Amino acid sequence: MPTHTFVLNGQQVTVDVEDDVRLLWVLRDILGVTGPKYGCGLGVCQACTSHVNGKAFNPCCTPVGDLQATDQVTTIEGLPATVGQELHPMQQAWLDMDVPQCGYCQPGQIMAAVAKVLQARAAGQQLGDADFDQIRNICRCGTYHRIREAILSAQTKF
Amino acid sequence: MGDISGEQEPSGIGRRRFLGYVLAASTLTVAAQLGEGAAAPRAEAAVPGVPEPADLYDLNDMLTDATLATANLITITVNADGTASFALPRTEVGQGITTSTAMLIAEELDLPLDKVQVSLADARPELLFNQLTGGSNTTISTYTPVRVAAATAKQQLLEAAATELGVPLSALSALQGVITAPDGRSLSYAELAVKAASLTNLQVSVTLKPASAFSVIGTPQNRIDALDAVTGRKKFAMDVQVPNAMPAMICRPPTINGTVVSVQNQAVVAAMPGITDVAVVSTGVAVRGRTFGQCIDAVRALQVTWGPGSEDAATDATVLAELRAAENPLVTPPLPLLTAAVDARFTFHFASNSALESNCAVADVRSGSAEIWASVKAPITAQEEIAAKLGLPVGAVTVHVTQGGGSFGRKLFHDAALEAAEVSQAMGKPVRLMWHRTDDFRHGRAHPMSISRVRATYSLGQVLTLDQRHTSVATEFGHGLGEIITAEAAKLPVGGLTFSETIFSMTQQTPYNFGVTTQLLTEVDNGFHTGSMRNIYSPNVRCAQELIVDRLAAAMNQDPYHFRRGFLKDQRAIAVLDKVAQEGNWGRTMAPGTAQGIAIHPEYHGFVAILAEIDCTPATVNRQIPDAVTGPRVTKVVCAVDVGLAVNPKGLEAQMMGGIMDGIAVTLTSSLHLNGGYFQEGSWDNYFYTRQWNTPPELDIYVMPPTTGTPGGAGELAVAGSMAAVACAYGRATGTMPTTFPINHDAPLAFTPLPTVPPIPQSPTDGLSRAY
Ligand code: FES
Ligand code: FES
Repeated sequence: MPTHTFVLNGQQVTVDVEDDVRLLWVLRDILGVTGPKYGCGLGVCQACTSHVNGKAFNPCCTPVGDLQATDQVTTIEGLPATVGQELHPMQQAWLDMDVPQCGYCQPGQIMAAVAKVLQARAAGQQLGDADFDQIRNICRCGTYHRIREAILSAQTKF
Repeated sequence: MGDISGEQEPSGIGRRRFLGYVLAASTLTVAAQLGEGAAAPRAEAAVPGVPEPADLYDLNDMLTDATLATANLITITVNADGTASFALPRTEVGQGITTSTAMLIAEELDLPLDKVQVSLADARPELLFNQLTGGSNTTISTYTPVRVAAATAKQQLLEAAATELGVPLSALSALQGVITAPDGRSLSYAELAVKAASLTNLQVSVTLKPASAFSVIGTPQNRIDALDAVTGRKKFAMDVQVPNAMPAMICRPPTINGTVVSVQNQAVVAAMPGITDVAVVSTGVAVRGRTFGQCIDAVRALQVTWGPGSEDAATDATVLAELRAAENPLVTPPLPLLTAAVDARFTFHFASNSALESNCAVADVRSGSAEIWASVKAPITAQEEIAAKLGLPVGAVTVHVTQGGGSFGRKLFHDAALEAAEVSQAMGKPVRLMWHRTDDFRHGRAHPMSISRVRATYSLGQVLTLDQRHTSVATEFGHGLGEIITAEAAKLPVGGLTFSETIFSMTQQTPYNFGVTTQLLTEVDNGFHTGSMRNIYSPNVRCAQELIVDRLAAAMNQDPYHFRRGFLKDQRAIAVLDKVAQEGNWGRTMAPGTAQGIAIHPEYHGFVAILAEIDCTPATVNRQIPDAVTGPRVTKVVCAVDVGLAVNPKGLEAQMMGGIMDGIAVTLTSSLHLNGGYFQEGSWDNYFYTRQWNTPPELDIYVMPPTTGTPGGAGELAVAGSMAAVACAYGRATGTMPTTFPINHDAPLAFTPLPTVPPIPQSPTDGLSRAY
């Protein structure tokens, strides 16, 4: 069985698994990292959203064989460490606004939000309506409004 | 045995005295009887409107009454570290009941909220009806018992402190988990927990705090599980680690209720990478493997000959025709001259009640026992049915209730738990069974299609009659709610109704004085898997009514707000309506193609009013967002809600917000299209639930100050209210009353349906190239 090495939340990991198995299952079923959630396996719901080399991506659409040994994969579990804090300011904003209902979508929402802010910042902008329209994450509990408020309040804090 | 009667008058100590129990244990353990007296019938205004059954006795009264006879205890433990723990016999699926329950305990126990731990109880068959999370009944039925138990604990702690400190109990005060004597000496609950424990079971009398002394109840509190949720630590069923419980999935038939005739390549699939087992089960062909990804591959590789399903010829049009044929004719009594009528028929399409967490469960079935982990709202029914399916005694089946990733009615059923148990038994191994998203849409439960015919007559400024015939594909109630109905039906103040008609009559109210009001349900029973979705009938029934109210107002030359105000029966309804009209600036000048809509909804002893503003201008309707339905946009929602007493106003706001998102979805964008015996939708980019781009940019929610002093149900109020307000706004903006919901249902499909063979799509491989 092929082996695959990449960096997960700051630690190098190696797994024995077929190349085409999507990273979401490698994380959840083999490595026991359950923060990224399954909501479709189709790149649609965004519940699995995590970061690769600082950018948001869908592990459910990424064959593990596509990763290089130096690729840095960050899941919600590793997000605080990227800023060297107990909680990432985006997570803190989520708490301040009491965003979650069931919470199932929220790891993906937070990972998407952080990437969206960084993306806007790289373009020299603050988040606007057009950016929110690009956040495709489903929240079936309907917490969208609080998500918006949390992102707006956190965007200058990291 | 317990004197847990109604508590309508929070004044007066007599009304606040209850019996609690101290149980023999090594650390302080207290209990109270679960179940509370029914609310007294509410006063009816002396008006021409004839009270409907739901005015007098609604579903919640019945759920509450049903729990009365079950003399069973809930217990709170005060631990040696000064924390209190409680296993709630209800299911948390996002609605915030663990938080509101912790608040009740913190209040009566005088303990900081973060020292109260609330977990979810396993199935407890001795609780009979008393472990069902439905009908928004949780807070109503647990409000008093949980406080009685907590007050009992505090009383025991005070007694232990009095002994320790040698001061009379009455001189002591408890605050934030510490008991203090007049001389300043103090003992913490941690120091007292073991000393306060009892060697024998005792029955004690306790007095609950008067509402005027509340410092936690009624204050906005953040969710106690928020930190776990935002760090990814919150454990849902698929996150529970059970040794050797490997991923499992089912290859399902192309049409609803199809069956397996034969499998051509079972051995080949069993030898695929990672796959350990393949087995035919009652719902399809199960595979088990090392990863879900490999299970998806195996499901897609299976070559199965399928038998027909139960609805292979069904389309939206055939179901609609069936409903039309079954509709009861309207009977309007002879009316005076000059009486005019408004009359319309509305169609509400199938809608999916999929949560974001798809159906899933972990099962470990051995030869003489079974252990299940799942988020189920009727765990006792689940336990009984799983035991029957496995051929085991009920006591040999343990059902652990896990945190749920949303429910919306879905988790009243335990489809995945039953299936996981069957698969585990067939394979002789533990499994972690999960439905693919596509299966969840196509084979999961749907809110049934219905039509609603409404006719109202009016004359000389009065509405004389309101007649509604609601005709629906049958809603399944096979989850224990049914048993309650059967048990309780005899007590109803209405006779001669069938099972669903009973539920209908207990949940459906008309808040207006509209003379002779008749609402009847007819159901068409067929093979669809249905369930309630954030309410059984109300969103459709009440949306239809409120649209007719707008028509009546127009016909009688009145403003929709003032017209409603003039006919509302209840002061609480008028108060919420006034609140949204005022805060939402009702009647402000709006640009062409945009409009306000206003609606009211009463249910479960609560009232909600919604004011919605909609933009139907071409620039907005034609906004382009990839793989999305845009259409008219709700630009602002103002909501006012009165549930009698909001235990946690912040939690209530969140519930309203979620309900509003649902109401917007079912009015404007989300439905299932039936064709060829299956639903066409198979992904969240086919089923257009509200997304960030449909969310109203402005959203204001007002929680009314306590009115009745007792909590009403909250989970579902806003769905019907917002659906009606958005529909009314749309009608006013476009000049055409909408009669089909969602309004875009009959437009060409906004997506290409996924194939049915193989039944689930392969995951894309472009994850890295789409990174942003
Ligand atoms: S699970 Fe990855 S996008 Fe839905
Ligand atoms: S909080 Fe439940 S899906 Fe978003």
